[in-house]
Amino acid sequence: MAASQEEVTLLGVTGSAFVCRVQIALKLKGVEYKYVEENLGNKSDLLLKYNPVYKKVPVFVHNEKPIPESLVIVEYIDETWKHNPILPSDPYQRALARFWSKFIDDRVVGAAWKAVYTVDEEEREKNVEESFEALQFLENELKDKKFFGGEEFGLVDIAAVYIAFWIPIFQEIGGLELFTSENFPKLYKWSQEFVNHPVVKESLPPRDPVFAFLKRRYESLSASK
Amino acid sequence: MGSQNVKLLSFLLSPIGHRVEWALKLKGVDYEYIEEDIFNKSNLLLKLNPVHKKVPVLVHNQKPIAESLIILEYIDQTWKQYPLLSQHPYQRALARFWGTVADKIAKTSWVAMCCSGDEQENNVKEAREVMDKIEEEIKGKKFFGGDNIGYLDLAFGWIPYWLPVWEEVGSMQIVDPLRHSAISAWITNFLTHPVIKDSLPPRDKMLVYSHRRKAEFSSTPRG
Repeated sequence: MAASQEEVTLLGVTGSAFVCRVQIALKLKGVEYKYVEENLGNKSDLLLKYNPVYKKVPVFVHNEKPIPESLVIVEYIDETWKHNPILPSDPYQRALARFWSKFIDDRVVGAAWKAVYTVDEEEREKNVEESFEALQFLENELKDKKFFGGEEFGLVDIAAVYIAFWIPIFQEIGGLELFTSENFPKLYKWSQEFVNHPVVKESLPPRDPVFAFLKRRYESLSASK
Repeated sequence: MGSQNVKLLSFLLSPIGHRVEWALKLKGVDYEYIEEDIFNKSNLLLKLNPVHKKVPVLVHNQKPIAESLIILEYIDQTWKQYPLLSQHPYQRALARFWGTVADKIAKTSWVAMCCSGDEQENNVKEAREVMDKIEEEIKGKKFFGGDNIGYLDLAFGWIPYWLPVWEEVGSMQIVDPLRHSAISAWITNFLTHPVIKDSLPPRDKMLVYSHRRKAEFSSTPRG
């Protein structure tokens, strides 16, 4: 059944890694969609209606049916538009892809943010250590593959866009030397490969405005100390 | 096919481990159960789940899989009888979304049990707000899965039997029978299901365990 392209909408905010995940998936599948920029300081009725539980972006709407949570959305996109598969077909490989994507959300996302955006030094150090440990697991998992998905990028790569694009921004702002080619040679090489992939490149937000926004947040955090 | 060589490493009192046991039992899959002492983790666990060092871990044909909801999807794809998830992508997406909610609120409720004062109050409030949303989801349905127990019923399976223990230990209330009448009806349906009711751990052990964990939580310095 062909999916109706006129009725695909994505609610997001520019600069969100989670929204970016969905955009990469849509670009990979060549799906046209309407993008709605949300103002998180003044959430629209639409957002509150479509994601009443978490009230967050991204929310994906297909034929008026809403789906929140970036990784759930990416799996839905993969099941609905079947070309250029994002998940492998083998059940065990699928389980592994889901495992590592969840790992990124559970063990990398929060820790990496707090490794920079925490006022308390001890707390910050703890998060730096946790981030380091988590990235080490991913370094080991990647081995000598071009992407986590193999020759082509897949679910884990998409989930890891946070590492490839956002972590370097945080660490530049915070003066942190965490994700470097010395510390993680394979993962670092992967990140360069990934952000330069044509599909990903077109889906990433412009770096300067994201940097400026995140730097302002960092400065207001230090100022409140 | 595939029923040989299935092992489950789990902990008797874990609601998360039970999700996997229920799934295997509903599908009639034979498995070897290996009990893990979570206070004294075995080399086997550390080998099978080096990343998180947690149960449950399913091992099928020597390949380990961790994370209960991911295990449920693997089980559903491997053994096709008694499907746990719908064939329709949108229904699957909704089930997966609510699965993330189930995990989040299980954690919130557990933490609420462990802490006290304002911190407990905030966690209880958050859990109750989500319960209101869950109430809307289950209204008019026998199970989240429809006529039969499905993925989401298993994901929420901690509510009927574990949550009341946590509420008692934490002196708190998250599910309100008056406010959450549809959830309460579902609880009865769930607990009386033949597969579920014969596979629940002893309540007295759950109370002892929960009290122990609550005491540890209070005595551990938290950053």
